Amino acid sequence: MEMLLSPANKELGIDALIALVKVAVIFNALLLVFSLMTYVERRVLAFMQFRRGPNRVGWFGILQPAADGIKLFFKEEVMPEGAHKLLFFAAPVVALITAYVALAVVPYGGPLVLPFYGQVSVFGRPLDIQIANLDVGVLFIFAITALGVYGIVFAGYASNNKYALIGGLRSSAQMFSYELALGMSWVSVIMAAGSFRLTDIVATTAAWGIWPWMILQSPAFIIYMIAACAEVNRTPFDLPESETELVAGFHTEYSSMKFALLQMAEYINMITVCALASNMFLGGWLSPLPFIPNSPLWFFAKMLFLLFVFIWLRATVPRFRYDQLMDFGWKRLIPIAALWVVLFSGMTAFFGEKKAPPSTVATSTSPAAGQVSR
Amino acid sequence: MILDVILFYGAAIVALASGLFVVSQRSPINSAFSLIVTMCSLAVMFAMLGSAFIAVLQVVVYAGAIMVLFLFVIMLLNAKQEEGERAGGIGRAAIALGIILAIQSVVVVWKGAANLPANYRETTSADVARGLFASPRFLYAFEATSILILSAMVGAIVVARKEKDTGK
Repeated sequence: MEMLLSPANKELGIDALIALVKVAVIFNALLLVFSLMTYVERRVLAFMQFRRGPNRVGWFGILQPAADGIKLFFKEEVMPEGAHKLLFFAAPVVALITAYVALAVVPYGGPLVLPFYGQVSVFGRPLDIQIANLDVGVLFIFAITALGVYGIVFAGYASNNKYALIGGLRSSAQMFSYELALGMSWVSVIMAAGSFRLTDIVATTAAWGIWPWMILQSPAFIIYMIAACAEVNRTPFDLPESETELVAGFHTEYSSMKFALLQMAEYINMITVCALASNMFLGGWLSPLPFIPNSPLWFFAKMLFLLFVFIWLRATVPRFRYDQLMDFGWKRLIPIAALWVVLFSGMTAFFGEKKAPPSTVATSTSPAAGQVSR
Repeated sequence: MILDVILFYGAAIVALASGLFVVSQRSPINSAFSLIVTMCSLAVMFAMLGSAFIAVLQVVVYAGAIMVLFLFVIMLLNAKQEEGERAGGIGRAAIALGIILAIQSVVVVWKGAANLPANYRETTSADVARGLFASPRFLYAFEATSILILSAMVGAIVVARKEKDTGK
């Protein structure tokens, strides 16, 4: 007991407590964003297609997600005959856990500074809205999304259904093809920042100025958005669940809460890619307008705008054919991404690098900061 | 530090148990699933040793890319459960090798060679980059490896091309 209450352990305990509270807050906030996303998506789609959309439950149908949730809770759980029981159960869990874990390293808005109050600190630690500020932040997200494929593969395989299997295979093939372009689109950003840490990337953006950064990185941003759209299986890349060919793809056999978990994983993945784009390409919490201060609200505004873009795409662009999808991924997107990497590194070599001022990078990469956030 | 101990033993038990499942399961898909779990718990070990970069690479390359290829093969060939046959000579050789490795690892731990050096610190991704590219010591080997991988890729494409494309 003496040993457990040593000062070092007390510090560790406080760190763990703060991390747990952050996890709880961010987890629930994302649940809220997810449920609202399902509502907003249906309303926006309806608006764009001259329909009304859900407008009966609550004020303008705002309680529709709650009604859907209750409905799914009380649906019957169906286990298809000949299903692989363990994997059938594990698939939605794997999908959801990987979706959530990826969001642990996303900074939701740097150090929390309130107007008229200043920097908020808890137990003498400056509070930032981020669970773990990892040195390998971007790579971590890459790794976790690579694991996220298993949720879909297992769902497809375990269902013992040919449509589900084909959906699962298509989905994983597609995710792997576009992951390459996705990873390449990050290279120019990482090269400019000289770090995988997401807060360093935002610091570099601040050093460049947000508008030059956004303009110069726009080719990478466009590649990223296309690849991300395919990565999260959204229209026009939603081949894995195309109703006309595969019933519902990998989640054909899923019902009740397992179905809800798969849907949730999909939306959380969408939030992840948008949050990442907001931090890497659009400057995160930095304000693009000179007379408005930097604020976490900017981060959320950018993220929500990108989510809206995804809905917008779904309403406007028709689905690819499968061979077109693969051609586009491998023969267009990846070469263009590689070309941009070469161009950008050439520009860096020619015009010289522009790093964040040493102070900001030093404070965020010092071993002490790494220790605390770990 | 108690957190580290819990994490270490948790990851170690999961790694060993799933490793055993890999070789003891009859159904190939179960084995593949167990192997993914093993890879991920190894990544936890690397992260605890203070090398987050290697941990992430472990997940990206092994748990991510390679295992998905395994799964593709299993799913597309629809590999069935292996029937009855007991593993023969290979099984015995594997057991012998396992025993030798176990003795070796016990010896290594006994002699204290597995202890962390005194000047140990966490390695960042910048350290890895500096180690690889700052001196020419590893640079040539690194570049040579990339050429090797490129030639393997070209070879794979040549093998996979259909006969009619090669011209007569």
